Amino acid sequence: MSGGLPILSLMLAVPLIAAVLCIYAGDRNARMIALVATLVDFVLGCVLWAQFDIGGAQWQFTERADLFGRFQWALGIDGMALMLIMLSVFLMPLCILASWDAIKSRVGLYMAMFLIMETIMIGVFCAQDLLLFYIFFEAGLIPMYFIIGIWGGANRIYAAFKFFLYTLLGSVLMLIAMIAMIREAGTTDIPTLLAYNFPPEMQTWLWLAFFASLAVKMPMWPVHTWLPDAHVQAPTAGSMILAGVLLKLGAYGFLRFMMPMFPDASAQLMWIVFALSMVAVVYTSLVALVQNDMKKLIAYSSVAHMAIVTAGLFAFNQQGIEGALIIMLSHGVVSAALFFCVGVIYDRLHTREIDRYGGLAVNMPAYALFFMLFTMASIGLPGTSGFVGEFLSLLGIYEASSVVAFVCTTGIILGAAYMLYLYRRVVFGELTKDDVKAMPDLSAREWTIMAPLAAVALWMGVYPESFLAPMRGDVTTVVARLAPAKPTGDAHLAAAKPKAASAHEGEAAHGSSHVGGVQ
Amino acid sequence: MSADLALIWPELILTIGGLITLMLGTFAGDRQVGLYQGASLLTLAAAAAAVVALFGVNATVFSGTLSVDGFGGFAKLLIYAASFVCILVAPRFFNVGMRAEYPVLILFAALGMGIMASSRDLMTLYVGLELNSLAAYVLASFMRTDERSSEAGLKYFVLGALASGMLLYGISLLYGFSGTTDFAGIAARMGGEINIGLIFGIVFVLAGLGFKISAVPFHMWTPDVYEGAPTPVTTFFASAPKVAAMALTTRVVIDAMGPAVGAWQQIVIFLALASIILGAVGAIGQKNIKRLLAYSSINNVGFMLIGLAAGTQQGVEGVLTYLLVYVVTTLGAFLVVLQLRDPQGNQIESIPALAGLSQRRPGLAAAMAVFLFSLAGIPPLFGFWPKYLVFEAAVNANLVPLAVAGIVASVIGAFYYIAIIKTMYFDDKSDVEVTGGGNVVEGAIVAVSALWLSVIGYLFIPMLAIASAGAASVLF
Repeated sequence: MSGGLPILSLMLAVPLIAAVLCIYAGDRNARMIALVATLVDFVLGCVLWAQFDIGGAQWQFTERADLFGRFQWALGIDGMALMLIMLSVFLMPLCILASWDAIKSRVGLYMAMFLIMETIMIGVFCAQDLLLFYIFFEAGLIPMYFIIGIWGGANRIYAAFKFFLYTLLGSVLMLIAMIAMIREAGTTDIPTLLAYNFPPEMQTWLWLAFFASLAVKMPMWPVHTWLPDAHVQAPTAGSMILAGVLLKLGAYGFLRFMMPMFPDASAQLMWIVFALSMVAVVYTSLVALVQNDMKKLIAYSSVAHMAIVTAGLFAFNQQGIEGALIIMLSHGVVSAALFFCVGVIYDRLHTREIDRYGGLAVNMPAYALFFMLFTMASIGLPGTSGFVGEFLSLLGIYEASSVVAFVCTTGIILGAAYMLYLYRRVVFGELTKDDVKAMPDLSAREWTIMAPLAAVALWMGVYPESFLAPMRGDVTTVVARLAPAKPTGDAHLAAAKPKAASAHEGEAAHGSSHVGGVQ
Repeated sequence: MSADLALIWPELILTIGGLITLMLGTFAGDRQVGLYQGASLLTLAAAAAAVVALFGVNATVFSGTLSVDGFGGFAKLLIYAASFVCILVAPRFFNVGMRAEYPVLILFAALGMGIMASSRDLMTLYVGLELNSLAAYVLASFMRTDERSSEAGLKYFVLGALASGMLLYGISLLYGFSGTTDFAGIAARMGGEINIGLIFGIVFVLAGLGFKISAVPFHMWTPDVYEGAPTPVTTFFASAPKVAAMALTTRVVIDAMGPAVGAWQQIVIFLALASIILGAVGAIGQKNIKRLLAYSSINNVGFMLIGLAAGTQQGVEGVLTYLLVYVVTTLGAFLVVLQLRDPQGNQIESIPALAGLSQRRPGLAAAMAVFLFSLAGIPPLFGFWPKYLVFEAAVNANLVPLAVAGIVASVIGAFYYIAIIKTMYFDDKSDVEVTGGGNVVEGAIVAVSALWLSVIGYLFIPMLAIASAGAASVLF
C-alpha cells in the first residue's frame, strides 16, 4: 500500500485531533465530537480490513519516516495486529455511547482521555519500531490513570495508584531489556529483530524482563491484583476498554516479542507460564465464585480467561495460538459487553452488589436476553465466540501437555459455575425488591450498544474463519520460528489428520478424540 | 592576549553589561524596573549571540586555563536562557520590591557559571564557582525582611563555604600529587599509577562538586534553600546552576580524571543511586511544592549521574540532553508555581492548596501535569527521552545492574509526581482560592515548554543529537 493514503497515521491522528477539540468544546459538543471521531476511525478500520491482503506479504500498509533520528516512525500491520486494531476501533464508539449519560462532570476532558487512549491502542498494535512501541505501550498509563482517578468509584485513588505503579514497574524492566536488545542487534526495527537470533543465555534474561512487564499487563497470577481494583473503581466505559483491549496488550507482547524473538528461552521457561496459568485458572475462578460485587466477579473471570490465553500461546502449535487469539478477540467483545451489562443496571440502582438484584427477567426481558447471550459466550457455549477459542486453545494445550489441558478444563467448568450463578442471582428468581421492580428495560441507546456486541459474539461463534484467516499466516510464522526449540509434548495429537496420528500414537489419539467428545 | 579576548566575548559582554545595569540601578533608581530589567535581558541575549557566533571554535585561552569549545557553548546557552527567564518573571513576583541588584547578581552568577562550564584548570574552576556562589548566597536572602529568605541565605552560605573548603582541599591534593592545576596535566598523571593522595584528591573534589549539584549525601541544604529563597530565585537555583555544576563535574571527571575511570566511577555510581533513591523517598510526604521540587531536582541529578558514570561520549551526550530537557521542565514547573496566588496576592506554596486546581485553572493544571509526568519520565512525554539516553549509555558501558537499579527506583519517583497530579485532578476543591496568572509572557513560556515536552519534543531528537554529540565530542 506504499504511496497511497497513510491510513495508519490517519487512524492515529483522527482521535488525537478530536481529543484537542473535545477539551475546548462544551460538554454536549464533546460527546458528539468523540462519537464522530471514533466512528470515523471505525470506518477507517473497516477499510483497512477490506483492503488487507490475506495471504499476501506479512507486513502491510507499512509507513516509514525518519522523524526521530535514533528511532523511526515505522508503522505496519499483520493480520494479528489488524484484528486487535479492529477490536479497538469497534469497542471505542460503544464506550463513548456507554458513557453518554453516565458521565456528567468534566465531559470534555473525559472524552479527550478516551480518544487519546484510542490513539495509543492503535499505535501499540501497529508500531514497527521497538522504541515507538514502548512509547505507545507505556503512554496508555496516563489516560487510564485519569479515567480511573477522576471518574471512578469511591476508592478510585487507591485503584489508580495501584494500576499506575504496578504497570510502570513492569514496563521499566522491559525498557532495560529493549536497550540490551538494541545494543546487541544494532537496530530498533521490529521485523529485523524478529529474525535476529539472540544468544541463548541472553535470551533468558531478556525473556524474564519482558515477562515481568507483560505478565503484569496480562495480568497473570500473582501480579493480577491491580485488575479487580481497577475494574471495580473504573467507570463502565473504562472497564470496557480495560478488559476489552488493554488486557490484550500483554498477550500481544508475548506473541509479537517474547515467543518469536526469544524462542529458546520461551521453550526453556514455558513451564513458568504453564504453572502460573494453571494456578490462575483454578484460583481466580474459585475467587470469582465467591464475589458479591458483579464487576469484581467479571474481573476475576478475566484473569482466568487470560490464563487460558497464555497457556494456549505457550502450547507452541497452530491450534493453541489460534485459539488463544480467538479467546483474546472473543473476551474483548464479551467482557466489554458484560461490563456494560453491569453498567446498565448500575446506572439504574447505583450498586453492584449482586444480592440487591433478582428477577430482572420479569421487568427487563431484553436486558435478560442480551445478558444471557454474553454469559453463554463467556462460558463457551457452542455457537458463541467463546467456544471456538476455548476449543482450539485446549486442543493446542492438550498436544503440549495433557495435564495442563486437564487443569485448564477445570477452570472452564468453574467458569460455567460462577457465570451461571451470577446470572441466576441477578436475572432469575422472584422479583421482590421494589426498587428493582421500578427499573425500566433497555433504552434505545443501550440497544445500540448491545446489538453490535451480540452480533459480533455470534458471528465469531458461527463463522470464526473471518477472524482466523487474516491471522493464520502470522501464526504459522511464529510456529515455524518456534519449531526448532519446541519441546515434545506428551500427547501427539493432530486434529487435521487423525489416521496418521492413530497409526503412530494410538493411545494419544484415543485421548484426543475423547477430549473432542467432551467439548 | 587580544586574540584571547576575542574568544571570551560572552564573558566580556556579561561583565560590561552587568556593570552597566548596576550603574543604571544606581543612577536611575530602583523604580525604573523596565530600564534595568531590559538592560540585563539585552546583555544575556547579546552574550548568547556571542556564544552562538563562537560555535565551531575549539581553542584554549589565557595559557590554557579556559577552553572555548562546543561543550562550554552548549552549557552556556542553557545557562543564559535559564537566567533570561528568571529575570523576565521576577518583577511581577517582587511587585514593588525588585531592586537593580537582582538582575545584576544573576548576570554575575551567569558569568561565573560560564567560567565554570569552560574552565579547564582547577584555578579557573574555583574562581568561576565562587563567583557564582557568592551571587547565589545574596540572591537566596534577597527578601531581607522575610525570615525564611534570610535563613535560606545563611544556610546556603555556611554549607556552601564548607563545600568550597572541601573542594579546595581536594584541589590542593590534586595539585600537590600531580604538580599541576591543568586538567590535561592532571589527566596525564592519572594515566599512570595512582597513589593514595590523588585518590583522596578525587574524593574531595567530587564531594565538593556533589554539594553544588546537590547529589546525595551532600544534598541537605537543597530543600531548605529552595523553600526559603524567593520563588524566582529558587527557579534560578533549580535551573542554571545545575547546568553549570553538572557541566563542570562532567568536565572534571572526563577531562581531568578520565584515565582513572576505576577511581571515580564507583563514587559517581554511589552518588547516582543514592540521589535517585533518596530524592524519590524524601519527596514523599512533602507538603510544600518548592521543597518537593527540590527533592525532584536531587532525583534528577541522580539520573544525570548515571549517564556520567558510563564515562563514555554517549553518556555525556545523554547528560547534556538531560540537562536541556530538565531545565525546560523545571523552568516550566516553577513558572506554574509562580502563577499561583491567593486572592490577597500571596504566593501559594502548599500542595494541599492545589486540590482541584484542574477545575479552576485547567490550562495551568494541564501544563503542570505535563511537567510532572515528564520529570517522572513517563512516555510519551519528552522527559522519557533523556532518561532513555542515560540508561542506554549505562547499558552500553556494561553497567546493567546500575541501569536496572536506577530504573526501578524511578518508579518510587513516579509515585510522588503522580501524587501531585492526584491532588490537582482527583481531589475536591480546596478552600484556598487560587487567582493570579494571566500574564501573557509567563503564560506563553509555560505553554510553549509544555507543548514541547508533550510529544513535539521527539521531532527535535535529530537536532538534539547533533548538538549534544558535537558538544560531547570535545571531551573525548
